Amino acid sequence: MRGAVRAKWAVCAGVLALVATACGGGTAGPGGSAVVSASWGDPQNPLEPANTNEVQGGKVLEMLFRGLKRYNPGTGAAENVLAEKIETTDAQHYTVTLKRGWTFSNGEKVTAKSFVDAWNYGALLDNKQKNAPFFQYIDGFDKVHPDNGSATAKTLSGLRVKDDHTFTVTLNQKFSSWPDTLGYSAFMPLPQTFFRDHAGWLAKPIGNGPYVVDSYAKGSVLKMRKWKRYPGSDPAQNGGIDLRVYTDNETAYTDLQAGNLDLVDDIPASQLKNVRADLGDRYLNQPAGIIQTLTFPMYDPRWSKPGAAQVRRGLSMAIDRGQITKEIFQNTRTPATDWTSPVLGAKGGYKPGLCGESCEFNPAKARQLIKDGGGIPGGRTTITYNADTGSHKDWVDAICNSINKTLGDDKACVGNPVGTFADFRNKISAKQMTGPFRAGWQMDYPLIQNFLQPLYYTGASSNDGKFSNPEFDKLVNQANAAPDTRQAVAKFQDAERILAREMPAIPLWYQNGSGGYSDRISNVRLNPFSVPVYNEITVG
Amino acid sequence: MGRYVIRRLLQMIPVFIGSTFLIFLMVYALGDPVAAMFGDRAPDPATAAQIRHDLYLDQPLWKQYPHYMGQIFQGNFGIAFNGRPVTELMSSAFSVTLRLTLVAIVIEMVVGIALGVFSGLRRGRGIDTTVLVLTLVVVSVPTFVSGYLLQFVFGVKWEWAAPTVALDAPLGQLLLPGLVLALVSLAYVTRLTRTSIAENARADYVRTAIAKGLPRHRVITRHLLRNSLIPVVTFIGTDIGALMGGAIVTERIFNIHGVGYQLYQGILRQNSPTVVGFVTILVLVFLIANLLVDLLYAVLDPRIRYA
Repeated sequence: MRGAVRAKWAVCAGVLALVATACGGGTAGPGGSAVVSASWGDPQNPLEPANTNEVQGGKVLEMLFRGLKRYNPGTGAAENVLAEKIETTDAQHYTVTLKRGWTFSNGEKVTAKSFVDAWNYGALLDNKQKNAPFFQYIDGFDKVHPDNGSATAKTLSGLRVKDDHTFTVTLNQKFSSWPDTLGYSAFMPLPQTFFRDHAGWLAKPIGNGPYVVDSYAKGSVLKMRKWKRYPGSDPAQNGGIDLRVYTDNETAYTDLQAGNLDLVDDIPASQLKNVRADLGDRYLNQPAGIIQTLTFPMYDPRWSKPGAAQVRRGLSMAIDRGQITKEIFQNTRTPATDWTSPVLGAKGGYKPGLCGESCEFNPAKARQLIKDGGGIPGGRTTITYNADTGSHKDWVDAICNSINKTLGDDKACVGNPVGTFADFRNKISAKQMTGPFRAGWQMDYPLIQNFLQPLYYTGASSNDGKFSNPEFDKLVNQANAAPDTRQAVAKFQDAERILAREMPAIPLWYQNGSGGYSDRISNVRLNPFSVPVYNEITVG
Repeated sequence: MGRYVIRRLLQMIPVFIGSTFLIFLMVYALGDPVAAMFGDRAPDPATAAQIRHDLYLDQPLWKQYPHYMGQIFQGNFGIAFNGRPVTELMSSAFSVTLRLTLVAIVIEMVVGIALGVFSGLRRGRGIDTTVLVLTLVVVSVPTFVSGYLLQFVFGVKWEWAAPTVALDAPLGQLLLPGLVLALVSLAYVTRLTRTSIAENARADYVRTAIAKGLPRHRVITRHLLRNSLIPVVTFIGTDIGALMGGAIVTERIFNIHGVGYQLYQGILRQNSPTVVGFVTILVLVFLIANLLVDLLYAVLDPRIRYA
């Protein structure tokens, strides 16, 4: 359908002034077979499930694959899809039973082997999969993915195929909510052709989701079409999705306004003021599992000496989050009052206000705390951020402004831009930060564990500030070993209260996902990962 | 003539090596790109080390550069970080950008030279002043302003043209971006032609031609214009290279997946194989365009001879 429309545009451009009024407006096809065009960014990595760690590739995997579990697009709860049941008695040994009747779109049956092979591929160091650490809880990970040197085993010893529809998983620690992590794209099954003809698979990926790849012009457009024989309960409600690569979200927005594009999932910051007027209720602005923080370098003795906790809490209280989210972000972010995200829901562990007064703007108390704690180390601090993407300068300057105003000192806080994101990351890895720095965390799966353990557990993979607290670690261990979700969440929240006391990272705000769509389509919403739920979109 | 061309071609070799080395050095100086591949998450050290090894990034610069150049001479421009061979990116990007550049060059030649001749022949009159002021305005408006403005007016408001260019970049859709790309150069071409024409209009050979009784249009096209075009041709020749490499802004605004797009993406992700590969080709385009311009001089002005 869109092809025809585009051809018409070309003719219009060619004859320009002659038939000005005849051009414009799209032609909507009949209900279920019409194709939706959506904005996309060129994925950074090849589209392998265990190698996709950013949202652009994630969009494709969401359409192309279904795994053991899927996160409910509305509630974020992990629900069984291919899994019939996942059983354990000790939170360490799991037996996974698959539902029958699932196939890949090339006809191959989805079996226990499809999962075990895929996970072994993802974990093996030789394959350089960026999501390999997601398999770290499975027994034998240190053999296939050692910290140094080359792998001494090809497969994870913790994975065993029992029969076509059953496999067992042994973890190297107790982890009661582990089954709920299995909705993440790294855990998707793969057909045998992935291993046999890897280049062919990458040119035209084959999965088991509601869509099949029709054609893929890399770097330009990926055409996904409805898979008519999809066995799942959530088949596509449209004929297909054309993902078109845009370098500039401004351009995508212009195309949406011109009726040349149906869906954008990133509203440019400069348009946030106009978007309500332009799109009305076709503008989406809903919470996503992203939290922004300022992390302190706890490896720097000036920031970890006795009394520094008071200074850290004082700085948190010196930030007027409400005003910044309103003025700079036009309410596309919400002031944070804990270290998780609203998308978890109360049951999942989100607890507004858990941070208490430490996350509330209170200049007098802030001044007092910083003074009692011995003042800002060296009398002034910097906030480090990367200047190349994401326009972080605006809000960093606003935060510094807020701190300076609170302390009545124009030089108490200044922004410290780093040229490139890579350089910024390298400086963090090399522990070269001397003051708080920007940290954004996009959840991998909607679990409170994912917001706490990787970031603040001693020696954890993304613990960039090198925070270490035995009490926190102990509570996290207890939470992971807890027999049910409710008790686990309670333990995690206890651990979170230690963060409120120690303030190794200042929670700033929860980030929303944003998007907009044309009047040609309806039933559009974003899932907790701020990815549009493509299969639900209807045309007309 | 033949010896001149060979000499020029030989001169290209040190220029080529020098410029690629400088680019390599600059991309290298940006630091280790692997850390950025993992997003906000701290990279897994073992995986990062493996990627560095595969991309030859674990070697010192003095080893990386010869290794890279060795590959280039075998026609291997390396693999971009998203797993695609850079040659594949080049073949799709350069064909699109080449078409865009051609559209722009044609626009700036036809419109620019016509306006230049027009105002040059009427030096000092109202029409001349108007053209001068207009070109001044065009020169001072940056491309991203004219780009977004024309895109909004023609693409969204009046819906005369598609606001963005489709994947296969048909010529019809390239008219608007081609115009945006050509605007600044067009102003320069107009001004160069005007000055040159105005000067030569009083030359002896023009007076002779008029005295011979030749018709006016023949004097202008065969005698005056041909001699006045030398500075213009020089400008357009160098402009080909500038347009091909400098279309980053225009290509971004109109979502054209050409050289500018790949370069931008490459720089953003610090993807050295892409950046160095594309710039290397651009350097070659520059060198060859300059050589062609020099050879064109002889065609335009018979007094110029190369030995």
